[in-house]
Amino acid sequence: MRQSLKILAALGAASLLIAGCSKPSSSVAQEQPTNGNNTAAAGGSLKACMVLDVGGVDDHSFNQSSWAGLQAANKANPNIKISYVPSSSQNDYTPNLTAETNKGCDTVIAVGGLMTEAVQKIAKKNPQQHYAQIDSASTAPNVYGLQYNTAQGGFLGGYLAAGMTHTGTVGTYGGLNIPPVTIYMDGFWEGVQYYNQQNNKNVKVLGWDETNQKGGTFANSFTDANKGKQITQQFQQQGADIVFPVAGGTGVGSAAAAAASNGQLAVIWVDTDGCESVAQYCKYFLTSVTKNLTGSVQEYVNKAASGTFPTGNYIGTLENDGTGLAPFHDWDSKVPADLKSQLDQVKADIISGKIKIKSPSQPK
Amino acid sequence: MSEQTFDPAADPQAHLVAADGQRPAPTGFWSRLAASNLMVTVLAIVTAMLIGGVLIAMADPKTQDAAHYFFQYPWDTFTYGFQAIWHGYVALFEGAIFNPHTAASGTLAGYFNPISETLTNATPLILGGLSVGLAFRAGLFNIGGQGQVIAGAICAGFVGFHWQLPYGLHLLLGIIAGILGGAAWGGLAGLLKAKTGAHEVITTIMLNYIALYLLAYLLSVKGFQKPPYGQAISYPVHKTAQLPPLLGGSVRVHAGLILALLAAWFFAWLIDRSTLGFRLRAVGANQFAARTAGMNVENSYITVMLIAGALCGLAGVSQILGTNTQLTGDIDAGIGFDAITVALLGRANAKGIVAAGLLFGALHAGGTQMQSATGTPIDLVQVIQALIVLFIAAPMLVRAIWRIKGTGTGIGGQMAKGWNG
Repeated sequence: MRQSLKILAALGAASLLIAGCSKPSSSVAQEQPTNGNNTAAAGGSLKACMVLDVGGVDDHSFNQSSWAGLQAANKANPNIKISYVPSSSQNDYTPNLTAETNKGCDTVIAVGGLMTEAVQKIAKKNPQQHYAQIDSASTAPNVYGLQYNTAQGGFLGGYLAAGMTHTGTVGTYGGLNIPPVTIYMDGFWEGVQYYNQQNNKNVKVLGWDETNQKGGTFANSFTDANKGKQITQQFQQQGADIVFPVAGGTGVGSAAAAAASNGQLAVIWVDTDGCESVAQYCKYFLTSVTKNLTGSVQEYVNKAASGTFPTGNYIGTLENDGTGLAPFHDWDSKVPADLKSQLDQVKADIISGKIKIKSPSQPK
Repeated sequence: MSEQTFDPAADPQAHLVAADGQRPAPTGFWSRLAASNLMVTVLAIVTAMLIGGVLIAMADPKTQDAAHYFFQYPWDTFTYGFQAIWHGYVALFEGAIFNPHTAASGTLAGYFNPISETLTNATPLILGGLSVGLAFRAGLFNIGGQGQVIAGAICAGFVGFHWQLPYGLHLLLGIIAGILGGAAWGGLAGLLKAKTGAHEVITTIMLNYIALYLLAYLLSVKGFQKPPYGQAISYPVHKTAQLPPLLGGSVRVHAGLILALLAAWFFAWLIDRSTLGFRLRAVGANQFAARTAGMNVENSYITVMLIAGALCGLAGVSQILGTNTQLTGDIDAGIGFDAITVALLGRANAKGIVAAGLLFGALHAGGTQMQSATGTPIDLVQVIQALIVLFIAAPMLVRAIWRIKGTGTGIGGQMAKGWNG
């Protein structure tokens, strides 16, 4: 018995030493501390809770971007109290939504379209509770749906790639052949075609053809960077000098291939600004096609905190900055001014409806 | 055992152990209890929870901050640490057994939601555990739970959302489809082992991948995928094919639990009472002796993998016709692998597996609440589960930590057999 106590004490001491060495980390701290009272009383107060999909809060993808929106809102207005729970599988959607509803949150934000049915059910059971649902249309009067027409951002990315290529060949590949992925590839493909049509060029797209939705190159993974590198190098051998991976962490392999290419290859990052999320490869990123989860989530909770919960649907477009191109960063001096002004024109034409995007995956 | 000292010279029995490796047989009720496997299991759980507590404290931001000035005010670190552990385990209890806060609302869901969550989580774990446990008994190591659960869920789900049938019949056919799907997937591994000698560990893992990608493919196919084709998710199963809720619609526990308990009863009967069960155990104990005794070893492999697959198929049924209604890429929810730990903890017998399934179900249900209420990551629950199994697999370690005497084999022998089979 005494020995067991000794072991326990030793374990305890060791753990404290380890804890003492580590920085105070916010990755496990979910209830964010609030600094100062009522610094932004005008913004109103709110308890915003988020139910994440599988993958964890640090997935370099939609969980992380959505949570970043809450963090930004909390930073700007400390009266917005924020917390999240991750899901370890789809079994957890309902219990997590239930726990957050019972916790007395003013709004519960469900991240990911796979939760749609679970949100719809719980929203019907709790008609007084506000919900928001990312990547799906609203399913009940008290559910605010947030969707993103990333084909528009992808279109700009494709146009830019076609304008920047020296070899006349660009490539794109996806993580899985599912609409949230292929919508980017559709936009990219259409952007290249539009560039060819406007400038009388013949830039080729490897890896995807919008008219053949079952074809295309896919890594079948959102995490396997080796696979991403392999695909990218195959594209390079076929003459591509700009690659657009739509595959989360798999795309890191494309950046690695670019780093190994002696400047022969550039990458367009996806979802977030690559120079922030994968900063070590910033100089290989021509730009990023963004899906502005962070901004739209922040806007939603700010509106909710001021007392009016938005209803219906939000669709992120170029017009409301729900999708678009990130800054060029290191490439800013290399992109010709003429191409930049063309991009501005293309953007304006998409917003005005002069350019019609045909991707079948667009949210309606 | 409370006043033993650490010095072997002052502890003649410890000396004795060191000298010749023999232990005197324990005498008296408490000594026999302490030496029993049950006691080791309980102590393994307690030890894992204690280590888990340390981890909770380490993950707690207030404790971490206090640890920075540990040498000025060590007491702060301990106070915050113990508070974090206390709140964490209270939330674990509230999520798994009974939550006085929600019970105050006086509704059925308020009272029974925690226990319902425990049972809902336990249902597929019990079924999966029985599958792995059955294979253990026949000397096989079934790591293919994931694939078999997916195969069962695909078949049951397809019947559930594609066909239009009346109540009763629809559910029955859905269950049968799930059983057949799982049995086919498991049986395939058995067939490969019997006919070609391919090791079941390898074939079942590979079949997991095939099932996983088959499911991913199906979720992009018209007829499976739900319009507007925005997500990799299937049509929802019709009401007529859903397992009815046991406590009304406000909590999740469903009739899959009854299937699990029936399956456990079947398992016990099969292993302990039937001729087939005797044959399977004989093959598991020593396949060469069984062959010499005139038993058909190959046939036994196929049979046991068919039944093991069917049990996992039932877990898939519980997932798609009970807990969830739509297929997604992670319909298996890690059950195939958790089932291995359930079977080990349950020592591959029916009662043990039911108890282990309930324990893991409770830990998961409580983990969800702990995460929501205190911010302790649910991953911690996985760590506790892993530690429990680690300690069970190494009973000598538990005995050493708690200074218990006595012999008794752990599950280790069983595991080794599975690998050598």
